[in-house]
Amino acid sequence: MSPITTFHYLVVAAALFVLGVIGVLTRRNLVIVLMSLELILNAVNLNLVAFSRMWGNLHGQIFAIFITVTAAAEAAVGLGILIAFFRNKETMNADEIDLLKW
Amino acid sequence: MPNFIMSYLGSTLTPGEAGNQFWALIYIFIIFTGVSIAVIAMNWLERKALAHSLVRLGPTSVATQGLLQPTARAIKLALKEDIIPAEADQFVFWIAPIIGLLAAFTVYTVIPFGPSQAVSDMNIGVLFMLGVSSLGALGIVVAGWASNSHYPLIGALRSSAQMVSYEVSMGLTVVSAIMMTSMNETGTGTLSMIGIVQAQQHQSVWFIFKFFPLGLIAFVVFSIAMIAETNGAPFDMAEAESELTAGYHTEYSGLRWSLFMLAEYAAMIAVSSIAVTLWLGGWMRPFPNLLSAPAWDVVFSLFPSFTFFGLAAIAMVGVARMPAHSFLRIQRIGLAGFAAVLGFIALLLLVIAIAGRSAGRHCLAGFRDSIDYVYWFVLKVAVFMYLFIWYRATWPRYRFDQLMRIGWKVLLPISLGVLLATAVVGVIVS
Amino acid sequence: MTTGMTPVATPFFFYMLSGLAIGGGLLVITRRNAVHSALALIVTLLAVAGLYLMLYAPFVAAVQIMLYAGGIMLLFLFVIMQVHTERASRDRRFNRMWPLGLAASSGLLALLVSAFAKGRALFPDRMLRLPESSNTQQIATLLYGEAGKMGPYTFAFEIASLLLLAAIIGAVIMTRRKI
Repeated sequence: MSPITTFHYLVVAAALFVLGVIGVLTRRNLVIVLMSLELILNAVNLNLVAFSRMWGNLHGQIFAIFITVTAAAEAAVGLGILIAFFRNKETMNADEIDLLKW
Repeated sequence: MPNFIMSYLGSTLTPGEAGNQFWALIYIFIIFTGVSIAVIAMNWLERKALAHSLVRLGPTSVATQGLLQPTARAIKLALKEDIIPAEADQFVFWIAPIIGLLAAFTVYTVIPFGPSQAVSDMNIGVLFMLGVSSLGALGIVVAGWASNSHYPLIGALRSSAQMVSYEVSMGLTVVSAIMMTSMNETGTGTLSMIGIVQAQQHQSVWFIFKFFPLGLIAFVVFSIAMIAETNGAPFDMAEAESELTAGYHTEYSGLRWSLFMLAEYAAMIAVSSIAVTLWLGGWMRPFPNLLSAPAWDVVFSLFPSFTFFGLAAIAMVGVARMPAHSFLRIQRIGLAGFAAVLGFIALLLLVIAIAGRSAGRHCLAGFRDSIDYVYWFVLKVAVFMYLFIWYRATWPRYRFDQLMRIGWKVLLPISLGVLLATAVVGVIVS
Repeated sequence: MTTGMTPVATPFFFYMLSGLAIGGGLLVITRRNAVHSALALIVTLLAVAGLYLMLYAPFVAAVQIMLYAGGIMLLFLFVIMQVHTERASRDRRFNRMWPLGLAASSGLLALLVSAFAKGRALFPDRMLRLPESSNTQQIATLLYGEAGKMGPYTFAFEIASLLLLAAIIGAVIMTRRKI
């Protein structure tokens, strides 16, 4: 087996990113769309930490921590919006949430 | 290959540091066995202690003093019919107790029973412990959802909301304990569990007594939070039988339910071990720096065998007090046998203590030291286990909104205040 | 995790963890039931935490387990249980625009594949071994500064805490019935 290099980690991160983008663009259930968004953020984190190891300093890891913190805040607010919306319209479908005002 | 196995004997590193996977597996096996025996003993002690506190007798008929009652209960649970609700989600129903069990038992990887008696002393041991113990709430939520029934769902949501609320205060008090490890010459603290106990040894004070009363307040807040974290009394609203018909594990029967019980008791023992490690000096015997003469070492290393002699004496007193009727003959013989086993263990420990002291051979001395460390650690954790049962016998349970109020409005400000005060006092002192 | 010793069976762990991560990702985007998606996402997050450990980033791995798997996923499970997705799980899985979404994602995939194929030579094959025992101390130095001076990321750290405060207040206000 060839030794595992930075490139292998980048490929894994890119695969996770593409899976997340497919999930965001094609799924109907909004909660699953938000979960695919978390997949995208994790792919970016993996990229950053792999590069941090390649360059030998810790700036990538610090940036990854900040992205994790931001993702936590964004998940909380996004799910809050979702619940507030669900209270009004009783649906989780991305197809049915298509009016600016009803 | 035997070299690889035997090369670890006599080393002063944990198996993780030495890179020895075989001994890591042995340690894991020993910990798993020990925790299972501790859960069984805790079950027996809970029934007997609760009963005696209510002026009744508890289990008396399975073996003498009901000692085999938990074993009988385990066999009954294993033989019960495995009922799964028809509308339940099969895969998720199956995996929920496994998630809880994994989260509860993975914490034992970092718990130190001695200066090198941990499975793997990670540099981020405390973070690992906090993170993995928060995965237990996932198992509960998923169990309540998979049961497809009202009471388990409400119980699961309440139980996991409670766990998440008290995790915050737990984390903050743990951070204040870690800040106390940095009050040394270099000003660098450590997150590894073994490092925290060694910091207490280096600073000659248990962290519960450091910066009095800050360590004490942090310890008390952690004790309250850890009871709420493991759904113990008086915070067991979500799983008490009279409240929500057993909450999130209502629909689980037989062996699946016993997995939940095992996970809950293992989590109790795990968080008690963490409290002991962080505040009560872990594996250290009392006064390791003050009374450090070799004579005191000998005295304190005789404690394990004297404890077992005491237990054997109590069992023999029980044998002597039993009436000499023919239908109690087997029970008398059983209790006398138990007393004999305890006495034999006590003799063995006495021989190891004396031989290890005078012979000075490296392996035996290391083994004797390990026994001493494990003994003091288990003694302190056993005190916590008894406190759990005492709380359950004494206090009525909190209503759920009172519980959440305590978690967010009482414990969180107190732990924040303790953290701030510890930081300020630490900066002033150094 | 051994300090200063050669890692053992690295390709095996890498392929296992990345297989778990990508498999979990596939399950997230294809499962009909939202709880199954959430469980698959937990598996992915834990696998990615394992990959961080392989990349000599134990602090980031611990933060990932604590925050992501233990916090955010719990939040997701709470919301899934509150919004009754069992009715939604009987709907169709993919929305009206799914051919367009799939085409856009394929375009992105083609872009990434071509970038990796052409630019493989850009990434050097060396992988530096970061010291693992002082990882937390070094991160703390970068975040908090040392010897009385601010570190490079101290200001960003404070702004992140303000961001979390704003998120907490926003989430509480948004879910009240009467603002």
